[in-house]
Amino acid sequence: MTTDNKSQEQLDLAALRKRLASQHGKNYWRSLNELAETEEFSEIVKREFPRQAQFLEEFSRRDFLKVLGASLALAGLAACSPREIGKILPYSTAPEDLIPGKPLYFASAMPKDGYGLGVLVRSEMGRPIKVDGNPRHPVSQGTSDMFMQASILDLYDPDRAKNITAQGTVKTWDDFSAALAAQSGPNLRILTGTVSSPSLADEIQAVLAKFPQAKWHQYSPLSLTRGALTQVFDQPVSVQYHFDKASVILSLDSDFLFREPGSLRYSQDFGIRRNPSESNGSMNRLYVVESSLTLTGSNADHRLAVRSADVETFARALAVRMGIQTGAPADKMPGLDWIEPLADDLLSAKGSSLVIAGERQPAIVHAIAHAINQALGAVGNTVVYTDPVESNPIDQLASLRDLSQDLDQGIVDTLLILEGNPAYTAPADLDFPGLIQKAKMSVYLGLHADETAALTTWHIPAAHYLEMWGDLRSYEGTTSIVQPLIEPLYGGKSSLEVLAILLGQKDAKGYDLVQKYWQNRLKESNFEVVWKQTLRDGFIFDIGLFPQPIAPQVNSSVLASVQQSLASDVLEITFEPDPTIWDGQYTNNAWLQELPKPLTKLTWDNAALVSPKIAQSLALNDGDIIQIKLGERSLEAPIYVQPGQAENSLAISLGYGRKQGGKVLEGTGFNAYSIRTSSAPWFAGDVQISKTGKTYQLATTRDHQSMEGRDLIRETSLAEYLQNPNFAQDSPDEQHSLYAPVNYPGHAWGMSINLGSCIGCNACVLACQAENNIPTVGKDQVSRSREMHWLRIDRYFQGSLDAPSVAFEPVPCMHCEQAPCEPVCPVGATAHNAEGINEMTYNRCVGTRYCSNNCPYKVRRFNFLKYEDDTTPSLKAMRNPDVSVRMRGVMEKCTYCIQRINAARIQAEVSGNPIKDGDVRTACQQACPTQAIVFGDLNDTSSQVRKLKDSPLTYALLGELGTKPRTTYLARVTNPNLKIKDQA
Amino acid sequence: MSQLFPARSNFIAKISILAVVLFMAAIAGGLVWYIYSPAFTKVGVAIPQPVPFPHNFHIAALGLDCRYCHVGVDQSSFADLPPTETCMSCHSQIATTLASLQPVRDSYANGTPIQWNRVNSLPDYVYFNHQIHVNKGVGCETCHGRVDTETTAVRAKYFYMSTCTECHSNPEKYLRPQANIYDMGYTPSEAQMTLGAKLVKEYDIMPPNQLVDCSICHR
Repeated sequence: MTTDNKSQEQLDLAALRKRLASQHGKNYWRSLNELAETEEFSEIVKREFPRQAQFLEEFSRRDFLKVLGASLALAGLAACSPREIGKILPYSTAPEDLIPGKPLYFASAMPKDGYGLGVLVRSEMGRPIKVDGNPRHPVSQGTSDMFMQASILDLYDPDRAKNITAQGTVKTWDDFSAALAAQSGPNLRILTGTVSSPSLADEIQAVLAKFPQAKWHQYSPLSLTRGALTQVFDQPVSVQYHFDKASVILSLDSDFLFREPGSLRYSQDFGIRRNPSESNGSMNRLYVVESSLTLTGSNADHRLAVRSADVETFARALAVRMGIQTGAPADKMPGLDWIEPLADDLLSAKGSSLVIAGERQPAIVHAIAHAINQALGAVGNTVVYTDPVESNPIDQLASLRDLSQDLDQGIVDTLLILEGNPAYTAPADLDFPGLIQKAKMSVYLGLHADETAALTTWHIPAAHYLEMWGDLRSYEGTTSIVQPLIEPLYGGKSSLEVLAILLGQKDAKGYDLVQKYWQNRLKESNFEVVWKQTLRDGFIFDIGLFPQPIAPQVNSSVLASVQQSLASDVLEITFEPDPTIWDGQYTNNAWLQELPKPLTKLTWDNAALVSPKIAQSLALNDGDIIQIKLGERSLEAPIYVQPGQAENSLAISLGYGRKQGGKVLEGTGFNAYSIRTSSAPWFAGDVQISKTGKTYQLATTRDHQSMEGRDLIRETSLAEYLQNPNFAQDSPDEQHSLYAPVNYPGHAWGMSINLGSCIGCNACVLACQAENNIPTVGKDQVSRSREMHWLRIDRYFQGSLDAPSVAFEPVPCMHCEQAPCEPVCPVGATAHNAEGINEMTYNRCVGTRYCSNNCPYKVRRFNFLKYEDDTTPSLKAMRNPDVSVRMRGVMEKCTYCIQRINAARIQAEVSGNPIKDGDVRTACQQACPTQAIVFGDLNDTSSQVRKLKDSPLTYALLGELGTKPRTTYLARVTNPNLKIKDQA
Repeated sequence: MSQLFPARSNFIAKISILAVVLFMAAIAGGLVWYIYSPAFTKVGVAIPQPVPFPHNFHIAALGLDCRYCHVGVDQSSFADLPPTETCMSCHSQIATTLASLQPVRDSYANGTPIQWNRVNSLPDYVYFNHQIHVNKGVGCETCHGRVDTETTAVRAKYFYMSTCTECHSNPEKYLRPQANIYDMGYTPSEAQMTLGAKLVKEYDIMPPNQLVDCSICHR
């Protein structure tokens, strides 16, 4: 995709700034292209499906007619073929409780970087088809994140490793266990990620006891904060934050809505405090100091964009103001005028304020954050310290260094790598791929034949979490049992089963290992009852299993350290987890690859994010490839101009540029691990960048489905909202319509989306994709505006180029009562039903696309090329049987999860109990961690959605068109501190 | 210059045009005839099965209820075929050596399913739900015919969209009391239209305009 000369007009950023400065009132924009009104942007807007005839460019007229004639003839033939009569294969012995056609639900837990998230999995005749949060689990509480939703695709990924191999030849489990038992010399090394599983930790300890020279190392590329935290408190401590109790929050480079082990719960707790209309006008206030725009930063009431290295300066200045004994800040930086009002605000909310320091910040920033928390009386209220939740709290970077040393000296007999792909994720300076080969025998347990599998002597396919028994603890200590929904598709093994070989239990089953462990641990007389209850609920209810609260003190020597500051004109590079594919473990997941990243709206690639100022000074445009030189290492990557990026900072996300492990990941993105070193895993100063003259095509959806800057987002500050709660209402002009009003005497389904509590996390988009069998289309098709997501999240910037505020707006089908799409359909494929839903009948659609042309909200998606893969067997098993798999040439769109409405209606009619509020929940609503999406019956006066629709914050998108949309929005209310004037 | 074609060519040309029209009409008519004929619809055509299951014997002679085997029919969208263990609940005692039941015994012993050939099928974009129909007064016989007379299960009807919409538009013509859902050869106790109208009320059937909403069957 690299081209040498691509003419693209250089954006005149100076002119843009001038234009923005001269505008009055609020102005929302989605991209610099839109602001500059470039040709590229107007092309995209003018044609909803730009360049749609592009495949035919190569055709001559004659060829075109030939193909046309042939396809007509073939289409005629296809219509005449009699339907194949299939087979029905009933069970030989039917499983308990299973009625074919009725789903079953099982509670389990999903591992995310070693910690557990409680899930409830829907199973259709033995096939798990959808993962949602477990409503009883205290962390997920029924909600989910994008990784949870996408994990089902990982299970059915056709690229998963299918065989045990030794140096490329296929072996059996017996071969492997014999080899491991025979060759395992005294110097055994076990490398895992973060482990919170009590049974796994117990088994590892048993192995260590049996092999006294064995050692256990841990490395997970994004969980490297343990070293700093232990330094701060002189002891390992787990920190939990209670955002539901926090009124004033300061984040020092912490993206707590996305990247902490507790992010899912944090999002819920943060979201419920963003609803002034439901809490008597009170809401929280969030200050964020960070370098690159993150999910948390985009939800801030005040955001300061500084280099990550400057966060320490800010923290020290704040500490001095709060009277904490620490070294003074080394220099001045912009934004220090914040300190005074911020400190006042934190102090005025004593006991209900908190400061959170980011994973990637050094010990001193954590120390200052915790010292301030203690000064604020937050400890025990909004901040709770406990014994560590993970089983072996060690500094993982140091641990990997030790392992590298041992490997380098050639003393390791057996290296056992239990998941994690370290050959790809290890810091570049350790040369871990080379070191793996120095072990006499190396074993890798992994889902895919990836970079690590290629280097180890043995590769054992791992069991997906939906295929295995295990246990996990969540960030606050709830212990969940992982139970399988399906037999391993490819004979995968769990870590427990591999380690059991070393304990002489070659054929031990995961179930027995886990069950026995808990039988010994719980010492319950009625263990069978407790165990069954646990499997049903998904977690163990035993107070003794929770970590004990402690009251550690901040180490004063850390506070006393002196700052080594970075000169203000030096360019810094920061490494971040990728907003959709995380650390690289999801690189082969097409759903996550195609999910537009919340802030850049990039798909299928990462890019080096630079600020508009840097782009201007180096005359760089989106997609220009630069060489990034950091120390002796360098990387070529395209740039992407990101408004809100700190000026002298360049951000690149990890996880891309992989070479092995599947077909989906091929050719996507650039490997930032190749320049990430163990001395600077998060940010490094003095990075050199230079233009290469090459360009790269990035597929971004930021300009797609534009509604062209109409009055789409309504927001105000809390103070103004309290003065005028009706600010979002349209002027009360009578709306006239030529059409007669329609009555909906039965149910009238509608949706309300709260822009104030939507944090832009993307969980709804993937929940919709999983529920409705939505295909992915690939990078090339995305760049032609053909992505199929029925629900998109529009991201708007407002304000200046350098420090814009951000608003997210999820846009599903509006289900207009006067739907403009319906009168223009020549075949009646889209029509209204008696409950007010704008329904789409695929088998009737002939693909004229008139409906989409006439839709003011641009929510219809046309299936150009039969995107759904209906030949790969494993992917067939994944589909939701209640939703049609759409063919080529039909229009699709959000149906309000009509299959769920039908199911609830049938249930109600058969049982005689009418549908209650909450019986029908759409997939997006179910997933949303902040309950920003509410769906229900508008005719039910007690329903939540009815109450929200009556709120003065409710407004309709493009309401002036008279389409009477059933989906409406609640205007956004932010809570800025009036004493702070934001950067211009 | 003399004429190239004699005068009678005009007649041939006219006849040819007519012949082409007739030929096309014949093809079209043939196609229509074909798709309504049993050759295409397979209505009444015996479909070979791995085990001959005489519905007539089991229903008429033994008096088994439909739900003894089709367990899911009133609880789920799918009526389902019985697992082999249901067959063996009797055939472990009765007709234990019958040669034609060998596949059943093998299936039970090996745990492998019996591969039945489908008799009725709907396109993938149609979502039919047995549960709601059976619970709201639609008898098995209405769609599946006199199963109690069949030695081999056959299609009683080919399911065109009109087959469904006919009943969805006029449910009163077809509804039965709850006690007669599984009856074969049922005749209403009073005039169907009077009974049907009563039953529509009793079952609280949706108004016909809602029953023919696209999303009732397509989604």
